[in-house]
Amino acid sequence: MYHAIVFLPLVGALLAGLFGRQLGAKLSEGITTGLLAFSALLSWGAFLEVPGTEHATRVQVATWFTAGDLVVDWAFRIDTLTVIMLVVVTSVSTLVHLYSIGYMEEDPHRPRFFAYLSLFTFAMLMLVTADNLVQMFFGWEGVGLASYLLIGFWYEKPSANAAAMKAFIVNRVGDFGFSLGIFLVFVLTGSIAFDGIFARAPEIKDATFHFLGYDWSALTLACLLLFMGAMGKSAQFLLHTWLPDAMEGPTPVSALIHAATMVTAGVFMVARLSPLFELAPNALIVVTVIGGITAFFAATIGLVQNDIKRVIAYSTCSQLGYMFVALGVGAYSAAVFHLFTHAFFKALLFLGAGSVIHAMHHEQDMRNMGNLRRYIPFTSAMMTIGTLALIGFPFTAGYYSKDAIIEAAYASTRPGHTLAFLCTVVAALMTSFYSWRLFFMTFEGPARWAGHGAHHDDDHAVAQAAHAPTSAHAATSVHAATSAEADGAPGHHEGVAHDDKGHDLEPASHSAIEHHDHAQTPHESPLVMTVPLALLAFGALFAGLIFKNRFIGEGMDAFWGHALGHGPDNHIMHDIHAVPALVSYAPFIMMLIGFVLAYWMYIRRPELPGQLAAQQPSLYRFLLNKWYFDELYDRIFVRPAKDFGKFLWKEADGRVIDGMGPDGIATRVLDVTRGVVRFQTGYVYHYAFVMLVGVAALISWYMLTGLPKVAH
Amino acid sequence: MFGLGILSGLLIVPLCGAAFILTLGEETEASKRNARWAALITTLATFLLSLVAWGRYDATTANFQLVETHAWLSEATRFKLGVDGFSMPLILLTTFLMPFCIGASWLSVNTRVKEYFVAFLVLETTMIGVFCALDLVLFYLFFEAGLIPMFLIIGIWGGKRRIYASFKFFLYTLLGSVLMLLAIMAMYWHAGTTDIPTLLHTRFPVELQTWLWLAFFASFAVKMPMWPVHTWLPDAHVEAPTAGSVILAGILLKMGGYGFIRISLPMFPDASHAFAPMVFALSVIAIIFTSLIALMQTDIKKLIAYSSVAHMGFVTLGLFTMNEQGIQGALFLMISHGIVSGALFVCVGVVYDRMHTREIAAYGGLVKRMPLYAAAMMVFTMANVGLPGTSGFVGEFLAMMGAFRANPTVAFFSVFGIILSAGYALWLYARVIYGKLEKPNLQGILDLDLREKMIIAPLVALTIYYGVHPAPVLDTFAPSTEALMQSMRTALSNTQTAAATLPPASR
Repeated sequence: MYHAIVFLPLVGALLAGLFGRQLGAKLSEGITTGLLAFSALLSWGAFLEVPGTEHATRVQVATWFTAGDLVVDWAFRIDTLTVIMLVVVTSVSTLVHLYSIGYMEEDPHRPRFFAYLSLFTFAMLMLVTADNLVQMFFGWEGVGLASYLLIGFWYEKPSANAAAMKAFIVNRVGDFGFSLGIFLVFVLTGSIAFDGIFARAPEIKDATFHFLGYDWSALTLACLLLFMGAMGKSAQFLLHTWLPDAMEGPTPVSALIHAATMVTAGVFMVARLSPLFELAPNALIVVTVIGGITAFFAATIGLVQNDIKRVIAYSTCSQLGYMFVALGVGAYSAAVFHLFTHAFFKALLFLGAGSVIHAMHHEQDMRNMGNLRRYIPFTSAMMTIGTLALIGFPFTAGYYSKDAIIEAAYASTRPGHTLAFLCTVVAALMTSFYSWRLFFMTFEGPARWAGHGAHHDDDHAVAQAAHAPTSAHAATSVHAATSAEADGAPGHHEGVAHDDKGHDLEPASHSAIEHHDHAQTPHESPLVMTVPLALLAFGALFAGLIFKNRFIGEGMDAFWGHALGHGPDNHIMHDIHAVPALVSYAPFIMMLIGFVLAYWMYIRRPELPGQLAAQQPSLYRFLLNKWYFDELYDRIFVRPAKDFGKFLWKEADGRVIDGMGPDGIATRVLDVTRGVVRFQTGYVYHYAFVMLVGVAALISWYMLTGLPKVAH
Repeated sequence: MFGLGILSGLLIVPLCGAAFILTLGEETEASKRNARWAALITTLATFLLSLVAWGRYDATTANFQLVETHAWLSEATRFKLGVDGFSMPLILLTTFLMPFCIGASWLSVNTRVKEYFVAFLVLETTMIGVFCALDLVLFYLFFEAGLIPMFLIIGIWGGKRRIYASFKFFLYTLLGSVLMLLAIMAMYWHAGTTDIPTLLHTRFPVELQTWLWLAFFASFAVKMPMWPVHTWLPDAHVEAPTAGSVILAGILLKMGGYGFIRISLPMFPDASHAFAPMVFALSVIAIIFTSLIALMQTDIKKLIAYSSVAHMGFVTLGLFTMNEQGIQGALFLMISHGIVSGALFVCVGVVYDRMHTREIAAYGGLVKRMPLYAAAMMVFTMANVGLPGTSGFVGEFLAMMGAFRANPTVAFFSVFGIILSAGYALWLYARVIYGKLEKPNLQGILDLDLREKMIIAPLVALTIYYGVHPAPVLDTFAPSTEALMQSMRTALSNTQTAAATLPPASR
């Protein structure tokens, strides 16, 4: 059965990828979606069956490679954590496949798109079922490849290519740590299989390891290196820069890869390795702090973004921070629970945003939206549900999982928990604010899209100035900013200008539709798109209610079995019931404040945001430009690397090595040999001559030293 | 037949093909066609013969097999051939790649066709010779003789700056080969034989080992090529015709690595141990520096050439870790790189034949007109980047893991290579394959034709097959690696005890 779950998507990917042209788009879509639906069905079967079993089941598929004492297998490890991930991945993927049939309707490359989607799903399943670190790395890089291919799916768009490359390379920075982590774990435990690692881990708890001139606690170092991989994949602070740019990909991709599944791989990894991390408390402090900072920092950026997908992307980044906070304080089950619920409501939000974008004919700028509730009521209702779940409205999915994390951050006694608690609480306020801001700008207020009422088709700036206070201000601040700053640093987001990232460019393959042809009224999406929305909305509403008890409540010990590692002193999941009432209510209060603020600023006093931004231009630009991380990295990594590369090439290779070596000698030799031998073949003879001289010398040597030295 | 074994057969068949081609008459269309077919049939026959040899080969032992000895220069220097776990896969790689080279030159070589194919067939003989020679003098002969056809191939059928390139090649190799020759003489002087199996069990004094090691190192490092003696490679690649590049990257670069594993490591264990830090340093420098240089290239072939240097850095790194993971990883990387870089050069050849330029800037958006080509190129790019699931991953991963066991700091720096390789490889792909197809002269470019498909498809298949199931190759290396490790351990512990018992004053 597990073979079928994992390999059916691969079969689909191969069929659609290799024979897509022969099969045609319709059949390719049908095959991939059907196979995945079957795989999802089997996953739910496993989900009903596996939890409660004490120990993990191991399913050997084949041997991958062996070298000395290193043995790497293709094998599945089936326990509660695995089946949760199986359910999340296959369900969301099936719905996204289905949705894409509608969303990608006009694209000529649909077989390729569906092949990539299924390939991604296969890689993700390999990742979550992995029985050892190397297979996990296979899935890890495999989803990276699929993500690269899908972000760059509209390959004619330069911004999409740049974003795809950025995603892959930044992830590779994380993989740098991941690889070293694997090596270190192998050196320490003599194994790369989870069973072997966990069995040996307690013995090496106090071991030290000398690395880069410093004596580390071996396990802490290993966990930190592995966590670096998780930071890359899950877009945590410092390695987050690729995620917002990844929104260049088609929206279903954002929903599947960059919200529900791939980006949670880092969380999954730490949860999977929790028996190891549990022995390295210092590493967990880092996890907590990074998680807290990410939750806060991503939310601040989300406050001011104008691209609907980017807002949700930063929200994802921030929510992943929550999960890492939970992991860091040892509440692994709460982290996985949030991963589980988040998959539903974030996929819902993205697909809902996709439905909006579809309705608006590939417009993504919220400043050009407004009042859409009247035109696409169903999408708007679904987005409402997603928003409520995200901000943690009572009894929705997010309510249970997010509150548990905030409480765990408070109840923890580990260093760093206070910072994490403050960050997550403040982030809860901002989450509520930016979610409602998104909702209001998109669905409420006056319609700002051209073609509605007065026609301002051509001149965007005028249209915005007339209708949208935010952009009116943005436009002015842009002019100030562009004149003040150096031109065209990559990744600059200057309000309307929106430079090279060109989010409101049309996907190339949709060139049939005229750019910004908003004369058509926004229309509701077809059934094939709305049904997945409805199913996800169901999950967003009820997943928390249904599964709370099993994941983090009374039934958790039986549910999880030994899938997560809890040290003997880790009682965090019990301590969260003893937090003060104020802490329990804090997220709710924050949520309300965020709502009221957003309502005030975007419905009642819509001129307010513009004024506010004008009062604080530097803060506003700081947030709008995402804390200037892209510029910083470009300055300190990318450009020096290129300059150094050029230096090595021209100066070291060219001038020093060649100049002193071959070219220098060549000049001398050339002087001598010129005229003596013909150019073209001269050196060959020359060379052959030298060789023959050598052989002759060798033979003479024999003669001189006498042959029968050794008798054979 | 004539008392010759199957390995002699592998050496003779290409020569017979070459002799036959020489008998073909004047350069006419018909004789050109005949030359092509004769070369293809010869290389295919050689490949089949090598498969027969593979069938007779027992991969579970570390002994030399299929050994044959013929009288030659003297009692001490005989014409001795044989294979073991290190050489067998390399011979198969050689015979496997040759038909692809012939296929890749089918239409692109149109002048002096006969001579071209003769050069290739002679080259094949010398390359197989290097890998199955069991006598140092024989090894030296094949090792050096192989350069002559390669010179001709670059110098006659090469690009605009072919003279400069072959010149550079010549100067670099000359130095190394002279020193190697001296070292062989010294070894003969000490051991009284040039028989490799005997020498493998000869203990050279530590001081002599140092000099011998350095002399061989001079030759192998140039061949690898290791930083800083790598600058001949980019020029040679750029000027060589497609098939020349394939052989250069696929086989000739492997001779250095083979030399290390056949001669330097087992025969001079003490010196290898002592010089390992230097090799590590040079390897890491190669990995990081040449990757950075690759980032800045504007010529497709040059970019791939520099990436080859970086990959060879992983090979030398792995070999000198002196543990199973490192050595097997390095050897596997040699095979994998042979396939992948060969395939990449074939891919470059495909567009070069159409557009006659290697400038990256001249391309862009090829995927629109050439989807199959783009897909194949993606597979090879990912293998070059070392994506798990492609053959490139297994070798790199094992080599780095071995390095981590030997010296974590070295491994730390070498892992930067995986970030940088993603940088240059994807950047190349993005600029050549992705983007808008805007250049007017690219509008009519055609996707792979049947001949090209037949060349590229098996390479794609092998790249993925060995990524998922590398066992056939890795397990062949295993017994020989184990034997090597065993002998090195004994040798090193002997030296250490000897050193420990010496009085402090004499040390």
